[in-house]
Amino acid sequence: MGDMLMTPITDNPTAFAIASAIKVVAFFGVYLVTVALLTLAERKVSAWIQDRHGPNRAGPGGLLQPAADGLKNFMKEELSPGAGNTILFTLAPAIAFCTAMVSWAVIPFAAPLPTPWGVMSVSIAQLPVGFIFTLAISSLGVFGITLAGWSSNNKYSLLGGLRSSAQLISYEIAMGLSIIPVLLLAGNVTMDAIVKQQAMGGWNVLNLSVAFLTFLISAFAETNRLPFDLPEAESELVAGYHTEYSSMKFSMFFIAEFANMLTASGMMATLFLGGWDIPFTSWDNTGDPSVLKTLLTLVSFGLKAGFFLFLYMWIRWTLPRFRYDQLMSLGWRFLLPLSLGYIVLIASVLLVLQALGIQQGVLQTGVLFLINAAVLVAVFVIFDRGRLLSPTTSKMSAAEMLRLRTQDRLGSPLSAAVRPEPEMGD
Amino acid sequence: MMGTYYTIHFWLFSILAIVAAMAMVTRRNPVAAALWLVNVMFALAALYVMLGAHFLGAAQVLVYAGAIMVVFVFVVMLLNLGENDVKERRSVGAAVAASAIAGALAAELLYVVRAQPFPVDGLRPVDADALAPIANSLFTDNLVAFEVTSLLLLVAVVGAVVLAKRGKVAGEART
Repeated sequence: MGDMLMTPITDNPTAFAIASAIKVVAFFGVYLVTVALLTLAERKVSAWIQDRHGPNRAGPGGLLQPAADGLKNFMKEELSPGAGNTILFTLAPAIAFCTAMVSWAVIPFAAPLPTPWGVMSVSIAQLPVGFIFTLAISSLGVFGITLAGWSSNNKYSLLGGLRSSAQLISYEIAMGLSIIPVLLLAGNVTMDAIVKQQAMGGWNVLNLSVAFLTFLISAFAETNRLPFDLPEAESELVAGYHTEYSSMKFSMFFIAEFANMLTASGMMATLFLGGWDIPFTSWDNTGDPSVLKTLLTLVSFGLKAGFFLFLYMWIRWTLPRFRYDQLMSLGWRFLLPLSLGYIVLIASVLLVLQALGIQQGVLQTGVLFLINAAVLVAVFVIFDRGRLLSPTTSKMSAAEMLRLRTQDRLGSPLSAAVRPEPEMGD
Repeated sequence: MMGTYYTIHFWLFSILAIVAAMAMVTRRNPVAAALWLVNVMFALAALYVMLGAHFLGAAQVLVYAGAIMVVFVFVVMLLNLGENDVKERRSVGAAVAASAIAGALAAELLYVVRAQPFPVDGLRPVDADALAPIANSLFTDNLVAFEVTSLLLLVAVVGAVVLAKRGKVAGEART
C-alpha cells in the first residue's frame, strides 16, 4: 500500500481514460439499481406509514418487485397516438430520464481513492463549472415534459405539459438563486470546493439554513413530488403530459421521477449536509487518502442521501397537495423574494465578517446560524400571518382574515369597478 | 495521442453543429426546427468546453438551450403552429439572392481565416479557474456596461408586465 503514488490520476492519460470508463459504468449501474429499488422503497415506506405490509410476494420480502414491475411494463401493449408526432413522442421520455441522470456525474461520493496509478476522485467528472453544469442540465428537463405534452396531439396532454413546465420553470429560478449563498461561502462553484468548505467551516444546513429551506422546497417542486405533484394530480385532473403514454414509455416518466429524486437527494447532501464529510472528525479530510477513508465517507454520503430519499417519501405520505395558485404564489411571491433578499444579506454578512477578520470556523458558523435563525423567525412568525403563504396554510385571527378579504375587494381598482359594494358581513 | 483524441472530437462536434444547423433551416415543422437549433447549441457548447472555456459552454446550455429555446418551443406550442401554417416562399429570385448572400459570407469568412496566420500570436490558454477571469472582467472593467444591460433587461420585464396588465384592464372595462 505504501508505494501508491500520491499524484492525481489525471497526470496519466491512459489510466485516467480507463478509470473514467470504469467510473461511468459503475456509478450509473449503481444509480439505475438504486432507482429500481426506490420504487420498492416507496411502496414499503408508504405501507409502513399506513400500517400495511406492502409488496411481499415477489422474492424475499418483495425484493424482486421492481423486476416484476419492469417485466409487466415491457409486456403491456404499447400505444402511440396516430395523429401525434411519433419521433418526438418516443424521444420525450428519454429526454426526461437522461436529464435526470446526467447531473449525477458531478457529485463527489467519497474522499479521493488512492490507486496504484495515482489518486482518483470518486466522481465521474470534476468539472471546473461544478454546480452551473447541474443547473444547465436540469433546465433541459423541461423539454421532455413539454414535448411529451405537445407530441401527443391531445389537448389534455398539452395543457398538462404547459402546467408542469410552468411549475418547473418557476421553481428553477428559486433553486438557482437559493444556491448562490452556498457558492458565495465556498468561494468557488466546483463540488469539491463546496464539500471542502463544509468540512472545514461547518455544514451549510447550519451556515445557510434559509437557503437550505428554499432549495429543499424547490427541489421537491422540481421533482414533481408531493406536495407539488400537480403535473400528475391523478385524483382530480386528467393525468397531464403523460395522458397518452402507455407501457414502458409511461413508466419511463416515473423512472425519471425517481431518478430526479435520487439526483436531488445527492445534490442536497453535497450542498448542505457536507457531502461525504464525516461529522465531528477531521480524520476523513486531512492527511493522505486511503481506501478505508473512501469507504467510510461513501457510507456517510449514502446515509445523507438516503435521509433525503426517505424525507421525500415521508412527505409524500404525510402532506396533501397544493392548489395550483398556491403553488405559483409560493414560488414567485415567497421563494423568489426570500432567496433574492437572502443573497444580499449573506453577501453583506460575509463582507462584514471578512472586514472583522473572522475566518472560517466555529465563530463564523455561529454568527451565520444566529442570523439564519433570526431570518426564519422573521419569515414564519412576524411577516407571514397568511400573507406570503396562502391563508389556508397558516393560522390567523378572524379580524386579520376579514381585513385581507376587504383589502382584496377594495384594494385594486379593477375589483372595485366590478364590485363596488364590499360585503363586510361575511 | 491527446492530439488525435482532440481532433476526432473537434470534427465530431463541428459536423454535428453544421448538420443540425442545416436541418434546422430545412425543417417545415417549427418544433422540429427549434429542437435542431437546440442541437446546434449543444455542439457549440461542446466546442467551447474543448477550448477550455468551461463556463461559456455551461452558460450556452443554460441560457440558450435551457431558457431561450424552451420559450421558443412554448410559443410554438401555444400558437399550435403546424406544418401547414408555414407558407411556401419559394421563387427563383429568392433562391438566387440567398445563394449570393451565402456565397459572399463564405468568401468573407475564407478571406478572414486565410489572412490570419495560425496559431494567433498573443493568445494564451484559458485559465484553469472557470469563473474568475470572466467575473473580473465583468465586475471591474465592464461594470457600467454590465449594469446598464441588466437595467435594460429589467425595463423589458417591467414593460412586458405593464403591457399584459393594460390589456387585462381594457378587457375588464368592456364587460
